[in-house]
Amino acid sequence: MFIETRQLCKRFDDYEAAKDITFGVEQGKMAALLGPSGSGKTTILRMIAGLEQQDSGDILINGKNVNDVPAGERGIGFVFQNYALFRYMNVYDNIAFGLKVQKKSKAEIRARVTELIQLIGLVGLEKRYPNQLSGGQRQRVAFARAIAPGPSLLLLDEPFAAIDAKVRKELRVWLRDMIVQVGITSIFVTHDQEEALEVADDIIILNEGHIEQMGTPTEIYLHPQTPFVAQFAGNSSVVEGLPGFRGFEKLPKGQKILIRPEFVDAFKTDNLQMQPYADRAEDGVVTGISFRGSSLEVRLKVHGITLLTNRSLERREIRLGEHMNVFLHRVYCIEGERTQVVENELLKDISME
Amino acid sequence: MKQTKKARLSAGQIALIVIGVLFFAVMLVWPLVEVLYRALKGGWALYWSAVTAKTTLSALRVTLLAAVIALLVDTFFALAASWLLTKFEFRGKSVLTTLIDIPFSISPVIAGLAFIMMFGRSGLATPVVNWFNDTFGTDIALVFSIPGVVLATIFVTFPYVLRELLPAMNLQGCAEEEAAALLGAGGFTIFRRVTLPHIKWPLIYGMVLCAARAFGEFGAVYAVSKARGETFTLPLEVDALYMSGGAEAITQAFAVSSLLVLLALVMLILKNIAEWRAKKSY
Repeated sequence: MFIETRQLCKRFDDYEAAKDITFGVEQGKMAALLGPSGSGKTTILRMIAGLEQQDSGDILINGKNVNDVPAGERGIGFVFQNYALFRYMNVYDNIAFGLKVQKKSKAEIRARVTELIQLIGLVGLEKRYPNQLSGGQRQRVAFARAIAPGPSLLLLDEPFAAIDAKVRKELRVWLRDMIVQVGITSIFVTHDQEEALEVADDIIILNEGHIEQMGTPTEIYLHPQTPFVAQFAGNSSVVEGLPGFRGFEKLPKGQKILIRPEFVDAFKTDNLQMQPYADRAEDGVVTGISFRGSSLEVRLKVHGITLLTNRSLERREIRLGEHMNVFLHRVYCIEGERTQVVENELLKDISME
Repeated sequence: MKQTKKARLSAGQIALIVIGVLFFAVMLVWPLVEVLYRALKGGWALYWSAVTAKTTLSALRVTLLAAVIALLVDTFFALAASWLLTKFEFRGKSVLTTLIDIPFSISPVIAGLAFIMMFGRSGLATPVVNWFNDTFGTDIALVFSIPGVVLATIFVTFPYVLRELLPAMNLQGCAEEEAAALLGAGGFTIFRRVTLPHIKWPLIYGMVLCAARAFGEFGAVYAVSKARGETFTLPLEVDALYMSGGAEAITQAFAVSSLLVLLALVMLILKNIAEWRAKKSY
């Protein structure tokens, strides 16, 4: 592990911001601290940076305990939520600041800043001030300023929060590419699960100051261990029991169940591909259709339960009130603080055919 | 079709404007004109002799000295205190903020008298001063002397710079300072390169206010200053001349007053420049 935290705890008066936080990120990887607001993610990031002092616990960077190392000497680059660019300095001076502090020679500074400005694609804007830049450009400058002194770890606090939706996706890919190109270990904080799933190598899910689950995006998505994670990652609905659903008879009555739209299939009887499922499917009525851009979100009522599914725009048009076959592949059972995947038992029969 | 409507003022609006102008004229302009008129009533020769009299020049010197020292002390204090109050969280912060405002709420005369009590012959702080004098071979007296005048002026003008700085520093937040600290900058570099550019004009504005207040201070200085021609400031000199009662002395009092008016005008112009620049920089 390149960066590690061990049993980090932090309290603000009567509010526990971090409880027993232990995790690590390997060299060159990008990790996401994912959680809703107030889950302690920013506090943890600030403790790693040295901007906040933990009450107890250790922080190790490259095997060295940095508890007593001041923020400026930890070798960390930090991108702030609102970038915190120096308002009274132009782009060039912003990026050069860390190098000037290190008393680098003029020629060296010039070479490094020029290189970074080329890297972030802002050639020609060196003399602009932060308030003359767009949100995306500001973020690029903040990134260049943070990595200019050659830190070994890059921390980003909600790096995309201040940017409008359209540019955000573009910038996400850009930042991901940049970090891979520079090869720097990084941790970013976000409340946007889609962002974390798309960008991070590892995700650490936080809830009320403690870690709910960590793992790769696939692990988190497919095997959520707690109800919180199951509901946080992915767009899902929670129901009580699945009365009348074939293949789920063993579920106890009133069992809390979480259903993901991608595990719900809805199709017409004449769909040849779905033929093996048709006999084992339930009858559902379309109660709602919403346009989601790349797909349709369809709401179906099956045995009195409303299920969500996504439907490709390429498929046949469907109408409200239409009857469809609905097949449920798997669900998540919520048992106290754990979740468990339950497969449809009829899937075995289908695979045997 | 566009109809341009002439802005016509209602009776109420006119009345308000008239009241405003009258108030301004009676309360501010008239007294100033009166001062200048009275000062020059006895002719230029008398005016000049009053302005260049030994006591006047001494008072001008003491006034400027006290103001400059107070300004330096207050500015240093204000920078330190506003840095502390806006960039850090600690217990008792609101109490400290309130304490700093004491000079605003206490009558200056009382402050002056308190200094006499503290540093006078039987004052509680006198042994400390005596010890200091004995140890360092100095001969500092804090009441009825120039240091006393300076102390009184500092007390009265204490919060002025700080009050102007606090909102500006609050507005700025801490993120830029944190960013600078993470890039390895030390406290002084952060202050000079990141904080100071933000607060430059509010700081200058506060300093002008502070200086103006220092020039005009009467009550606190009156309590600790008794030697005309030595420790008197301009306001005390004006008072002394006026109170002596002779017709010529009164004219002289106004002549000396005109010096204060002049100082005030200079400060007013500086203040407006600072205000304008402060607004422009946001």
